[in-house]
Amino acid sequence: MKPLISPEEFVKLARSLPREERVPYAFEKRIMAHLREAPGMDAVTLWAHALWRAAAPCLGIMIIAAAVCWPLIFQQGADNDVDLESAVLAPTQLAFDLSR
Amino acid sequence: MNTAEAPRPTRAAAIPEPAPPERSDAEIIRAVLAGDTEAFEALVVRYQPKIFGTVRRYARRESEVEDVVQEIFLKTFQKLSSFRGDAPFEHWLMKLAVRTCYDFLRQHQRNRERPIAEIADDESDWLERAAGETKDTTQANAARELVEMILSQLSPAARMVITLLEIEERSVKEIAKLTGWSETLVKVRAFRARAEMKKTLARTAMGKYL
Repeated sequence: MKPLISPEEFVKLARSLPREERVPYAFEKRIMAHLREAPGMDAVTLWAHALWRAAAPCLGIMIIAAAVCWPLIFQQGADNDVDLESAVLAPTQLAFDLSR
Repeated sequence: MNTAEAPRPTRAAAIPEPAPPERSDAEIIRAVLAGDTEAFEALVVRYQPKIFGTVRRYARRESEVEDVVQEIFLKTFQKLSSFRGDAPFEHWLMKLAVRTCYDFLRQHQRNRERPIAEIADDESDWLERAAGETKDTTQANAARELVEMILSQLSPAARMVITLLEIEERSVKEIAKLTGWSETLVKVRAFRARAEMKKTLARTAMGKYL
């Protein structure tokens, strides 16, 4: 079925309608009243916002640090194992020496 | 006899003081961000006609229009610190307005569809009246009714694209900036929206005569 009004006619008709920019009386007062009523942010919310904002840079720094350290870990892998072992076992060693 | 005369009003006193020069958007925004909440009223007064004009393209009931406009201005206030000032404030505000209108359309999608069968008998000739010249108020109202009825049948994205591209005659680039969609997406949606509109107009004709 052929439409009673073509898309072109419809668009023409819609364009011919004047833009309605009238504003209800004292509408700005309503907005300002809402703004005054709105509760301000408490300290916990502000702290939470700050933490969220800090999360992204911290993550970035962590990734960069990991990328920089990654080759060093592989280069000194064997030495690190020994160092770690002696560090972890140091108190045991000390206790053993003292007991003798 | 008291010869002292009452002081005459001087010429300078008779002339009303000139109105203070209007503050620029940037000055008002700076004041609001510095904690002067009341300064925001000047921005509302300045831009509310434009915002009402935009919102009335997407919302029909006056109560809905007022709620959406209110939401736009409250969001504006909350996000004002994110306005960087590298583009005019009006552009930033219009982006916010268009995106809020799109959210509104998506939220009210189901409630807004008005079946053709629900059109009252006294509106039986609305199509002919509306399709004619919009000379008087009755015809203009009928035309507005028709345009709203057709647009309300479209999906939110299609309605948004048809309104911005066809009715407001904005460019694809401009629409992309306003909506946050890519230019390609705007073109794709425009193509689909035109097809959807054609289908809706055909369905409207069928609904009237069947």
